[in-house]
Amino acid sequence: MLGYSIRRLLAAIPTLLLLIAASFVLIQVAPGGPFTSERPLPPQVLANIEARYGLDQPMWKQFWDYLYNIVFHFDFGPSFKFKDRDVNDIIAQGFPISLTYGFLSFLAATSVGVTLGVAAAIRHNTWIDYFAVSLGIAAQALPNFIMGPILILVFTLYLGWLPGGGWNGGAWPYLIMPVIALSTSYMGSIARITRSSMLEVLNSNYIRTARAKGIPERQIIWKHAMKPTLLPVVSYLGPVFVYVLTGSVFVDIYFSTGGLGQAYVGSALSRDYSVLLGVTILYGGLTVLVNLITDLAYAWFDPKIRY
Amino acid sequence: MALFSVRDLNVSFTTQDGMIDAVKGVSFDIEAGDCLGIVGESGSGKSQTFMAAMGLMPKNGLATGSVQLMGREMLNVSIPELNSLRGRDISMIFQDPLTALTPHLKIVNQMEEVLRSHQGLSGRDAEKVALGWLDKVQIPEAKRRLDQYPHELSGGMRQRVMIAMAMLCNPKVLIADEPTTALDVTVQAEILDLMVGLQKEEGTAIALITHDMGVVARMCRDVHVMRHGEFVESGSVDEIFSAPKKDYTKSLLTAMPRLDSDDAPHAVAADAETLLSVDDVMVHFPIKQDRGLFSGTVLLKAVNGVSFDLRAGETLGVVGESGCGKSTLARAVLQLIPPTAGAVTWLGQDLVGLTSHALKSRRKDLQIVFQDPLASLDPRMTISASIAEPLRTFRPELTLAERKIEVAEMMERVGLDARMVNRYPHELSGGQNQRVGIARAMINRPKLVICDEAVSALDVSIQAQILRLLKGLQYDFGMAMIFISHDLSVVRAVSNRIMVLYLGRVVEMADRDVLYDEPRHPYTRSLISAVPIPDPHLERTRQRLRIPGELPSPLDPKAALRFIPSRLTSDLAYQPSLKEVSSGHFVEEHDPLETLLDRPA
Repeated sequence: MLGYSIRRLLAAIPTLLLLIAASFVLIQVAPGGPFTSERPLPPQVLANIEARYGLDQPMWKQFWDYLYNIVFHFDFGPSFKFKDRDVNDIIAQGFPISLTYGFLSFLAATSVGVTLGVAAAIRHNTWIDYFAVSLGIAAQALPNFIMGPILILVFTLYLGWLPGGGWNGGAWPYLIMPVIALSTSYMGSIARITRSSMLEVLNSNYIRTARAKGIPERQIIWKHAMKPTLLPVVSYLGPVFVYVLTGSVFVDIYFSTGGLGQAYVGSALSRDYSVLLGVTILYGGLTVLVNLITDLAYAWFDPKIRY
Repeated sequence: MALFSVRDLNVSFTTQDGMIDAVKGVSFDIEAGDCLGIVGESGSGKSQTFMAAMGLMPKNGLATGSVQLMGREMLNVSIPELNSLRGRDISMIFQDPLTALTPHLKIVNQMEEVLRSHQGLSGRDAEKVALGWLDKVQIPEAKRRLDQYPHELSGGMRQRVMIAMAMLCNPKVLIADEPTTALDVTVQAEILDLMVGLQKEEGTAIALITHDMGVVARMCRDVHVMRHGEFVESGSVDEIFSAPKKDYTKSLLTAMPRLDSDDAPHAVAADAETLLSVDDVMVHFPIKQDRGLFSGTVLLKAVNGVSFDLRAGETLGVVGESGCGKSTLARAVLQLIPPTAGAVTWLGQDLVGLTSHALKSRRKDLQIVFQDPLASLDPRMTISASIAEPLRTFRPELTLAERKIEVAEMMERVGLDARMVNRYPHELSGGQNQRVGIARAMINRPKLVICDEAVSALDVSIQAQILRLLKGLQYDFGMAMIFISHDLSVVRAVSNRIMVLYLGRVVEMADRDVLYDEPRHPYTRSLISAVPIPDPHLERTRQRLRIPGELPSPLDPKAALRFIPSRLTSDLAYQPSLKEVSSGHFVEEHDPLETLLDRPA
């Protein structure tokens, strides 16, 4: 398994290189640049600025310098928009915030979703099932950009229970609404996947054998049915983990959390090449890592899988 | 009072098409230490009878009547009450031991939970009992098995684990639902022997649910023949087999091909030309194996040097146990899998290495019928479209009307009702779908048809019809056939010549009668002696030939030398050669039978 992990991480290097190269080229060919504005700068000024950031160099040279600084100095370059901050600062500031509410959203979506799904499958075709299914569909149908305003309306403006935005070092009243807004739709999907997976497992031959052995139903669910039920859920959780961890621009905007999502979209709009690239590489690296963890998790869920 | 008694049991299911009665008022008793057979074809309700008794029905099932074990009612009682009986006083084993064992739990955990629930044993004590039972069911290296997962065991070992698990609490009754259907003949014979032993030593009563009259003849004292949810005929095996009263019982008995019957296939004309000649064909697959940082591959020699000729109108039977390479051989002959080495000469021309375009024109004469008829037909095409497809490919000059006539004629020939033209595969039965598969293969009058386990998934009566159909078509069209099956009785019923495969190599090849009357190779002899014959008198007196040890893994380098252990010490790469012992009778080199039997497993 260690050998497999190392092989996978080595294989990630060309993947990431390809990702960086593709993003690099795509950003450059997109119209406009970081210093384009409605009132054009005098050509001499523009040339000076571009020379300062190395933008006057040929593209391969820019790419090479960029890679060189990442690999040898772990430096993702200066921001083109914010004079006094570089990309490392921006990520260091925004990522912990996204990580906090993202991770909590992931936990909430998984625990509530799996519980709902299992309850629905065990009580198939009863009111519990119907309730869980309706709740799941409703949750799935509500994207976070709808959930956000509704939550603020109800809990901040009408009831006055929770602060309408801000981060405040991640104090819990500030976390509740971002987490709910971000997790509901994933929770709905997880509940649905868990339910159908559990129903299939409960119909399988080995569950029939377990029943014929006369062991208590609760034990059948926990010992025999749970692991295979979660197998398809795990493959869905991998991408979900990356999505929620890297933050959501809507959550950042509605709740002014200051997470990385807002910085990411902002950098794309303002052609802040280095921020955009830096965050892309971060997301890419995270995806590779989470995919590896997901694959290793399979082996725990299914002993037939060996690496 | 009987140990296990069923009275007026009815089982019905609520479905979208209304109520379906699966079991209609069945009553029977099982006495202590008895073995009762319940025989029937698929859909007869034989399994549902016991599923209802064990509380294992799907949720849309409804059972009425009474099922009593030692005077205690089992039917429709609460789950906790039922759980105090099932697994302890009555237990059950199932058909497919791979899917019937929980894949992610070690054997020891699956056994321990039974002991904990029923006897309060856990940890070391439970492990000791579990190990004791694994030993009793004769699993090799029992201690190691405890910590293994089901997929790490062979099919036969899995069924032994199932039996050991069912026997943990010394139940009074063991229900065996098609316990050997998914297993190879030699493994089947050993599992049946094991069950007989348990019945004698532990006094366990056995209810044996099966479709196989041969198994009943070997195992049971009394038998109920079931059809459409009712008992058609009941009595002792001797009465049922020697003097069946009902037509259905008679048809079941005659439908089954027997090793001792005298139905000969059509003889091959003496001057028939050689169509196909297969010379030293090999198919090797690289199998990935993890070795540290870099993964390596080992070669799985699925087919390892097979040669034979086939003449027009001849049927060559290919038998062997699972994993012996018989299906791979079929695919290699048809170039569906490119052979690693060797030549496949068809009408004087080597097929190996031909371009796909050149091959396509020859496929008109080279056809195959697969095992699972439903899975091998396109679910989105009507059956007439499936049958017509080869016509469109190979005879594009036909008009729509001509094609329709051809399809209609073919459908009639294979016994499909003309009204079915627009049906889809899922609307037909297994037997009807297999007729579609045969019609599709035969519509261009091919010169060679390979039947790859073509009747294995079918009920015996349907199987008999399909075999008759194939023989009839062969007589009419004069094509050559390669008939692949794990079932020696079926192969015997259709083949002129038979080839026995063992781990990718031919161990014996001879004319049908020679092979069955004077088998030479120990493997052939053990295979033949393992086949149950539907005749209780014969079965009781027959001596089985048991070769110690299980079918080894084909990746094991020693596997190929299983029948010539004298070479094991000197030269692992030794390839036993095929010798012609009499005209047309080839036997692979092997050690004398006595030495093989004396070897420890």
